[in-house]
Amino acid sequence: MRTIISIIKKEFTQVFRNKTMLPIIFVIPLVQLLVLVYAASLDMKSINLLVVDKDLTPLSKELESKFTASPFFIVGNSISVSEAEKEILNNNADVIIVIPQGFEKNITNENSSELQFLFNAINGTKASIANGYSQRIVYDFNQNIILNSGNLFPETAEFQKINIENSFWYNPRLDYKIYMSSGILVILVTIISLILSGMNLVREKESGTIEQINVTPIKKYQFIIGKLIPFLIIALFELAFGLTIAKILFKLPFEGSLLLLFGSAIIYLITMLSIGLLMSVFSETQQQLMFIAYFFVMVFILMSGIFTPAETMPQWAQKLNYINPISYFMKIVRMILLKGSGLKDIINELLALVIYGSLTLTFAVVKYRKRA
Amino acid sequence: MSNSIEISSLTKVYDNTKALNDINLHIKKNELFGLIGPDGAGKTTLIRIIATLLLPDSGTITVENLDVVKDYKSLRKIYGYMPGRFSLYQDLTVIENLNFFATVFGTTVDENYDLIKDIYSQIEPFKNRRAGQLSGGMKQKLALSCALIHKPKVLLLDEPTTGVDAVSRKEFWEMLKNLQKNDITIFVSTPYMDEASLCDRIALIQKGKILSVETPENITKQFGKQLLQINSDNKYKVLKDLRNYEFTNSVNSFGQFLHYTDKRSVPEVQSIKNYLNEKGNSNINIKEIMPNIEDCFMDLMIEDKN
Repeated sequence: MRTIISIIKKEFTQVFRNKTMLPIIFVIPLVQLLVLVYAASLDMKSINLLVVDKDLTPLSKELESKFTASPFFIVGNSISVSEAEKEILNNNADVIIVIPQGFEKNITNENSSELQFLFNAINGTKASIANGYSQRIVYDFNQNIILNSGNLFPETAEFQKINIENSFWYNPRLDYKIYMSSGILVILVTIISLILSGMNLVREKESGTIEQINVTPIKKYQFIIGKLIPFLIIALFELAFGLTIAKILFKLPFEGSLLLLFGSAIIYLITMLSIGLLMSVFSETQQQLMFIAYFFVMVFILMSGIFTPAETMPQWAQKLNYINPISYFMKIVRMILLKGSGLKDIINELLALVIYGSLTLTFAVVKYRKRA
Repeated sequence: MSNSIEISSLTKVYDNTKALNDINLHIKKNELFGLIGPDGAGKTTLIRIIATLLLPDSGTITVENLDVVKDYKSLRKIYGYMPGRFSLYQDLTVIENLNFFATVFGTTVDENYDLIKDIYSQIEPFKNRRAGQLSGGMKQKLALSCALIHKPKVLLLDEPTTGVDAVSRKEFWEMLKNLQKNDITIFVSTPYMDEASLCDRIALIQKGKILSVETPENITKQFGKQLLQINSDNKYKVLKDLRNYEFTNSVNSFGQFLHYTDKRSVPEVQSIKNYLNEKGNSNINIKEIMPNIEDCFMDLMIEDKN
């Protein structure tokens, strides 16, 4: 016990004596939360829309004004489809609406008409969001026509009574910042725990201090516990620090129990620290470790569902996520914070992490050798 | 049993090179034993195997009746080890390093302060300085203090004086001599031949093979030939000419002098002088000298080659 405490004490002394460490611990979470949350927002406020109005009737003007009234679109006019397409090519327009000639006439006479939407899908996400917004506006517009013509066609007037009211659970104002900041918090503790613990062990190899440590009666488990606990504490502190920032800046809700959150975080962090340890067993230099860590962290983060929900991924990718510890913890954090889930609701994810953690830890301890 | 370290038929192979080839050594308790050899001879490999950091391919080593492979856990408690490269925490201070190593060995600095007092007192004024900012000589004193803090039975030192100035080297060897009084077996490796004479016994090692194990006096006594020291105005030319001389057994450069042995049982100084004069050398001085360890080492190397 004395040995473990003495190793932990030594680690903390070294960490806080390292001039780059304190900025890493305090500045990185702030910058990541501030920059990434604002930058990665999917709320779109300035979709450039070009209207090609070949009908030029009150009805077509009314449709156009619906778009102008929407906060999402910046509406412009274009005389022809080819002109408008040029604008898309020059990246000046995101969406074109083509209102065909006879739009109003067809609606009044034949009860139906067509509209053409053209989307610039270089950025697929932006295109599909623009599509969603446009559909919504056209749908509302359509409802109004039915409403106005209700007297003429009583049978269709029945439909107007079905009024769709959306209610977004767990994030009622569809605030993207809440979704993002909870995800960024996960990334934050992941990187701190994985890279710092891995780097620290490899540094002992690089500087040769491991040679001296190895010829001491320090037992393997003492050394590993002594190495992992400081970074577990630092990562938990980071989580608390990040949560505070997110609470203040983005009003991140704490629906569930923070105790449960931190409990799950400990299980998750032990997993990540073991992966860090395992990587350090296979690396001789900090450079090698950085490349291995970069590879895994990059894949794990992008697959974890931070930007896009993991459920919309293809089947194979979802299966791959079974071995992605970040995706479990991402889910747990969002469920506890946004949804207020209890232990019962996250037990599956938690169990997966427990299994994952014990496997990696065992493997890392077995692989870690005090001699060649 | 009076032997502290028993090494028998030890072999270690790296790829296809025999880093250690059938090493047999018996080091007595309380002995200051020197392992002397050039870089790449296998000194570090041997020390690391004794230190339980490397596994031998064949052969056995027992230290204080404990096997280095089976009983490595118990051995690590009685070892003081100083690797060739400074291996303490550079970002911890002198006293923090010392306290850390005392704790991991389950002791305290106060408990064994007597043992390290002479050495540590020299660096104590700097005890709050980070180890990385110490000079080479002070680093080495700190490393020795840390290796001794748990009162080890066996001290393994891998090239402790490499990269240290002449004064600190001399001081260091005096410290080792003093330590012997505390019942510690000291196994030290060095590439410096001049340090060999300070050991109780030495082993000369070359290309993974032990050439000779003897006291320093006996090793020089074993040198079977008369050794001549030659100097002149142009050392390089003399060296070249002697290499072409029919009676030359060996000729090596030592500082400003050449050390020469002859194939004849008694070298004829006058005929060598005449030969060199004929070749156009001037100011030739030849005198007989006592061989030193380095001469013996060179001689043994040549013998080993033949």
